[in-house]
Amino acid sequence: MVYSKDQLLARLKELQIDFSQYEHPVVLTVEAQAKYVGNVGGALSKNLFLKDKKHRYYVVSALADTKVDMKVLSQRLGLGKGGLRMAPEEALGEILKVPLGCVTPFALVNESASHVSLLLDKGFKTQECCIFHPLSNDMSISLNAFGLDKFLKSIGRDPTYIDLEANPPVGKDQPPDLASLVPSGSTVLPDLPEKTPSQDSSGNHPSAGNNSTAVTAKADKPSNAVQNVKEKSVNGVRPLIPSTDAGKFVEELLDRTSTLLLSEISEDSIKRHGGQLGAEVANNIKKCLREDLKNLATIFKNTAYTEGFYAGTHYQPKRL
Amino acid sequence: MEKVEDQNPQQEEDQVVNPWEVSAKDGGKIDYDKLIDKFGCQRLDQSFVDRVQRLTSRPPHVFLRRGVFFAHRDFNDILDAYERGQKFYLYTGRGPSSEALHLGHLIPFMFTKYLQDAFKVPLVIQLTDDEKCMWKNLSVEESQRLARENAKDIIACGFDISKTFIFSDFDYVGGAFYKNMVKVAKCVTYNKVVGIFGFTGEDHIGKLSFPPVQAVPSFPSSFPHLFSGKDDLRCLIPCAIDQDPYFRMTRDVAPRIGYHKPALIESLFFPALQGETGKMSASDPNSAIYVTDSAKDIKYKVNKHAFTGGQETIEKHRQYGANLEVDIPIKYLNFFLEDDAELEHIKKEYGAGRMLTGEVKKRLIEVLTEIVERHRRARAAVTDEMVDAFMAVRPLPNMFD
Repeated sequence: MVYSKDQLLARLKELQIDFSQYEHPVVLTVEAQAKYVGNVGGALSKNLFLKDKKHRYYVVSALADTKVDMKVLSQRLGLGKGGLRMAPEEALGEILKVPLGCVTPFALVNESASHVSLLLDKGFKTQECCIFHPLSNDMSISLNAFGLDKFLKSIGRDPTYIDLEANPPVGKDQPPDLASLVPSGSTVLPDLPEKTPSQDSSGNHPSAGNNSTAVTAKADKPSNAVQNVKEKSVNGVRPLIPSTDAGKFVEELLDRTSTLLLSEISEDSIKRHGGQLGAEVANNIKKCLREDLKNLATIFKNTAYTEGFYAGTHYQPKRL
Repeated sequence: MEKVEDQNPQQEEDQVVNPWEVSAKDGGKIDYDKLIDKFGCQRLDQSFVDRVQRLTSRPPHVFLRRGVFFAHRDFNDILDAYERGQKFYLYTGRGPSSEALHLGHLIPFMFTKYLQDAFKVPLVIQLTDDEKCMWKNLSVEESQRLARENAKDIIACGFDISKTFIFSDFDYVGGAFYKNMVKVAKCVTYNKVVGIFGFTGEDHIGKLSFPPVQAVPSFPSSFPHLFSGKDDLRCLIPCAIDQDPYFRMTRDVAPRIGYHKPALIESLFFPALQGETGKMSASDPNSAIYVTDSAKDIKYKVNKHAFTGGQETIEKHRQYGANLEVDIPIKYLNFFLEDDAELEHIKKEYGAGRMLTGEVKKRLIEVLTEIVERHRRARAAVTDEMVDAFMAVRPLPNMFD
């Protein structure tokens, strides 16, 4: 269900959150907003809707004066130096369900934004009141950080305030300090490439790779990823989860075979081989897939063995 | 009677090749013929490749076809015995000095996996965490941690857990292994070990007493849980040629303590992206392709940092063709492009100037990306429990199946 401004305001009142509201003509920028609500006694906020290379989204909400360095933020999140971009306009409507110029922490009330991560400027806490848009840009509401927290908690969000201007070093011995704010529910593996045709560059990496410490930080991730990898297939990428599910294993084998099969059969190849196409394709499939499928089978075997080994070493002998 | 290299490598004016230093003469290329001659090993010629194909009933590995594994000691004995129905076991290893593995590190493991599959034999993999602790001055805990991390990348190369035992020196040295270490140590004088490895009076005693640790996995009695009762089992060691000194020493000692000499099959060095004369180093990430590189990284590194033999201008290139001797993309394709016909075609066209450097680089990027991708997916499937299982001292009842 998409929330409207009025429903949001009603909700705030239900939660007994103190706020003031100010109507004004539609504004698209903080400067324009300042003209109308700049001196109502609250601190203006600037709100960025960002996305990383793995299609994870972030709302960064800060005091208008706070300097937000995207490169630093990207590194602190563990996305490398250039991992964060402004999200495209369409995403605003699709995910946050707000119009242009209306990014606001309140947009997270929408179900479609449940995977969006929220980064709040700790500067909000020191202000008496802060000003945000309530899902539309023809109004601003002013409330204090407690009120915002109460609202966020009511929608199941844990408000995290951070020092957005901090620039801690990120390297082998200093993991990115904001890494926990990266949305989960997608695989944590940093380097899986996207298989969707719209991507031409694949994956991203947690550091720009121009010092050796960065390289070692990367190598650490896969072992953690395996523990938290979830079933979800993100944007068509199928991560290889350690699984001993025979069904999934067979599906993977069949998928690869049929993909290759389909690519081998075209008008052209039918013309070229006619009745012999079957034998030709069968041969090609064997040649191309043999090693790949063997590798998959070995991984399956090793995983099953490991399961058995673990069970064996934790086995409790029968009590006599 | 084979040559046993006694001279201190540092006294030679030309190239230096030992387990801790590899450098060519005057910043040139490594002369492998000279190396084979000096070390006293044999060239691996086409007849071996054909024989391997016959014995294993499958196409020989790309590294064999392209002469990446180019030298050996007693590989023919291994094959003779195999033909008679006598199996052998494989022994290889890694010094876990860093978490960042690059493609060059994977080469012996890729080849060893092929050998395990083709000959259906068991494998022991030694992680010399003690060596790195001593030589790189790492803490004991750090070297053990690196050993486990490296084990995951090694496992990702596709070894069969029912035929593979991975061990770290800190965990495993003791018992039968240590007994063999002492037997070996008794046969190598101080002067000899200084002569082979170039130790000096300033080196600590840990370094001096390390060589037996790397020697004894060549003897089946070092692994009573695997090979008890099989004292006759031969050992084949795939490694890069800079490890030869350890095994020259081992081969010298083996008959004196009643064991078979281990056989060796040795590879070339993997060139740095910047060229044969460049050094691959962990501190310069642009000198190599790492298994953690993204497709974007690989593209960047090959395009910006690979040393090519192409001419400076397109006109010159079309006229003179590329210098294949120094061209890194061609060398890398030689290692990793499976299709012999395609490689020949590229070499021909590029050498004649009809194909441009950009095209060759593009193909290389594809090939490397596929390899790195596959490795990463496999690596993601390796859990800590799997590492524990690979490293557990356990019987491998099906190791010859």
